[in-house]
Amino acid sequence: MRRIPLPLLAAASLALVTAALVLVFFVAPNDADQGFSQRIFYFHVSIAFTSYLCFGAGAWKALRHLWKRDPRADLESYVAVHQGVIFGALVLLTGSIWAKISWGHWWLWSENQLVLFLVLFLFYAAYFMLRFSVDAGPQRANLSAVYALFGVVLVPVSFLAIRLAQHFIHPVVFTRHGAAFGGWIMVAYVVSQIAVIVLAYTLYRVELAGKLLDARIRELRYA
Amino acid sequence: MTTAEKYVTAAYCVVFGIVLLYVVIIALKVQRLERDVERLEEKRNG
Repeated sequence: MRRIPLPLLAAASLALVTAALVLVFFVAPNDADQGFSQRIFYFHVSIAFTSYLCFGAGAWKALRHLWKRDPRADLESYVAVHQGVIFGALVLLTGSIWAKISWGHWWLWSENQLVLFLVLFLFYAAYFMLRFSVDAGPQRANLSAVYALFGVVLVPVSFLAIRLAQHFIHPVVFTRHGAAFGGWIMVAYVVSQIAVIVLAYTLYRVELAGKLLDARIRELRYA
Repeated sequence: MTTAEKYVTAAYCVVFGIVLLYVVIIALKVQRLERDVERLEEKRNG
């Protein structure tokens, strides 16, 4: 499969992020309930979905590694999980800032969605402890792949738990009846979501290129 | 600037600060790795 050149991806990321910021700050109207602070939503939610996507991609590559023994799949799974953890940290940070404005607290342990996302984040953070506690080789790749596959089960749990809960204060904007917004808010959200996904994919490709170079160096050293 | 505007600005600055830091770290690492590959390939080819 032909891959999009990295400079083109980087340019697309820059253009999309700029367009998203213009829409978020200059076009989308203030939310009737939360006012200006609702503008965190556009990137906070986009980053959250992108981190789920990264964990999903990490699990898919892990499955490919275990199933097809694709030599690149282990590295691709590792890089996707790494991206997911970085974006997960951003979700927690932006979420905390939003919580401080809306609820007056940086964190609420009583909120299932927050705690479940933290569990998901910590589970994947521990992936690196496991990976780097084993010497490079097939054993490390297999253990990492199984761990990444187990972790992906937490993604739907994290996403659905709040929708099944009886009591919550975290807003739910995507319900079974569709999104709870429209007009310019929807346009700004869709552009932000696409921008964050393209940015994540660009960062994934850059990091993967680095990991492949690293592997090439090891080959050359031991050749 | 209102309190809400300050917090929203902080949230977006956190996002872009972390992404920028990540890009700089990866770019420096890739540059170093490229130099290492060139050096090792030269060494191997005599």
